[in-house]
Amino acid sequence: MKRGFLEATTMGFARALTRAMLSEQIARQRGLLQSLDPRVRLFGLFLLVLAVTLSRKMTVVAALFALALAIALLSRVRIATLATRVWLVVLAFTGVIAFPAIFVTPGHPVAVLGPLTITEQGLRTAALLILRVEAAVTFTTLLVLCTQWTHVLKALRALRLPKEAITMLAMTHRYVFLLVETASQMFESRRSRTVGLLKPAEQRHMAARTAGVLLSKSVSLSNEVYLAMQSRGFRGDVQVLSDFRLTMWDYCGLLLFLLAGAIAVWMGR
Amino acid sequence: MHIPDGYLSPSTCAVLYVGAGAGWYSALKRLKRVLLGRVIPLISVFAAFSFVVMMFNLPLPGGTTGHALGVTIAAIVLGPSGAILALSIAIAIQALFFGDGGISTLGANCFNMAVVGSLVAYASYRLMAAGAALTSRRRVVAAAIAGYLAVNAAALLAAVEFGIQPLLFHDANGTPLYAPYRLGVAIPAMMIGHLTFAGLAEAVISAGLVAYLQVADPALLRTTSGVPDDKAEAITAGGTAARSLQTLWIAIAALMLLTPLGILAAGTAWGEWSPLELARVQHVNSPPSVPAGLQRLSNLWTAPFPAYAPSFVRSRGFGYLLSAMFGVGFLLAVSLLLRLLLQRHRRGEYSS
Repeated sequence: MKRGFLEATTMGFARALTRAMLSEQIARQRGLLQSLDPRVRLFGLFLLVLAVTLSRKMTVVAALFALALAIALLSRVRIATLATRVWLVVLAFTGVIAFPAIFVTPGHPVAVLGPLTITEQGLRTAALLILRVEAAVTFTTLLVLCTQWTHVLKALRALRLPKEAITMLAMTHRYVFLLVETASQMFESRRSRTVGLLKPAEQRHMAARTAGVLLSKSVSLSNEVYLAMQSRGFRGDVQVLSDFRLTMWDYCGLLLFLLAGAIAVWMGR
Repeated sequence: MHIPDGYLSPSTCAVLYVGAGAGWYSALKRLKRVLLGRVIPLISVFAAFSFVVMMFNLPLPGGTTGHALGVTIAAIVLGPSGAILALSIAIAIQALFFGDGGISTLGANCFNMAVVGSLVAYASYRLMAAGAALTSRRRVVAAAIAGYLAVNAAALLAAVEFGIQPLLFHDANGTPLYAPYRLGVAIPAMMIGHLTFAGLAEAVISAGLVAYLQVADPALLRTTSGVPDDKAEAITAGGTAARSLQTLWIAIAALMLLTPLGILAAGTAWGEWSPLELARVQHVNSPPSVPAGLQRLSNLWTAPFPAYAPSFVRSRGFGYLLSAMFGVGFLLAVSLLLRLLLQRHRRGEYSS
């Protein structure tokens, strides 16, 4: 059955909240990535994403994809979660983009389908692109799934990001959920009061009005937050707590990430 | 438009990180100068708002749906610096928390959507809404166009970034290593979807939000209204009308001064001939003959300033200028007369 605009938007909100809760759940489990210091996790996985993008050989990208799979299993991330959340989505999205490359990339012909010629270079281009995106997005998703947001923020602080930027990221993350919930409730209440189908123009008006109310609420919320900050003594100087300490296990992990990344870059050059 | 990891080469990503970094640095520096304490919660909440707006499934003409970015309303309410930071934070949270968009391409996504999108939205909105009242309809239209332009500018940049990959990064066999399509394919493929649907989604939400704010909270539109806060209260329909009239007077005066340029045009406008001119035109191909009806009716009215050249003025240029002044003055006199008549008519209605 075709979903209406209200249903589609409400379901989108619910999906986002479910995904966020699942991430927090996985991040609290015991596993390989979870046992490492968040700074090592962030740096190591970013290094592997970089190695994936730097590698020019398909075998090396495939090896890195296998490494991502192994890390996922050791970090107790379910393959089904990765398959539905990453691999199928990337395959559908990147597949659509890569598919015409099979025909339009000039090179040695390997098959002829009517007026279209499949080339060897075209097949390699499409396969490399899909594999590369799958591997890179898997590493990124592992970071997202295995790290609590507060830890991501502290790890970013270690990268010398301005304190103000970290504070804004933290506050935004908190209010994203509040506003998603508010918007979801607004759409849900509207949905329960709506009988029959709305015309597209009415739907657009409703979306704009809902966004407008949400904007007004957001601004008044920011005023309240500012007053609360002031009443707690905020004078414009942001303080960030950072209580991470690197252990021997973290240094080992960092070394392994560096080794894997360096080998991949060297072999894939 | 969120470019995932793997589509762009590391060097492209690095360059775009530098571009986005410049935007972040300058925005943060500018806001620090203003009042950072007040701005932090505002930008944070606005980033959250943009994030939520991106999840709205907007119905578009043609039965399809699209997602807006929220960059235009951020640029209108917060200004370009605030919008750059708010959108960048929303994009960073999408990438780092929800895995939507890549980590290596975070700089590219922020550069395209947050930096360039905000600047295009802000500049086009300011340009189109200049001098308009806070509650003017023009602001709604300006927001829609600004949103459409911002999204398409960001999409065009993304298309160019995709399109240069096969030119710069391929192996010895010519196999592209990253995004496989050249500019000639990447730009139309990207732009068709954005010119038709994605741009419209941003236009719809931006216009709708500005229209809503005009009624519910016009104060939020003041930051980028182009008028200082102390004068913002004075932006009423009357105030703007007075300013618009002033502009109109200047434009009319300039046009009057430019009227002698008409002399430079060679020949006469087709079909606007006097009997004499018609005879001259016909003489080129055949013996002159002026229709009898035209000859008779042409003498029906003798203009005081024939051919914009009053008989008492020797200079043609001055004659043009004088004709323009006379024409404008005459129209003004008629308008004033009509206004007086209307006012008298209204007074009569109220008294009865």
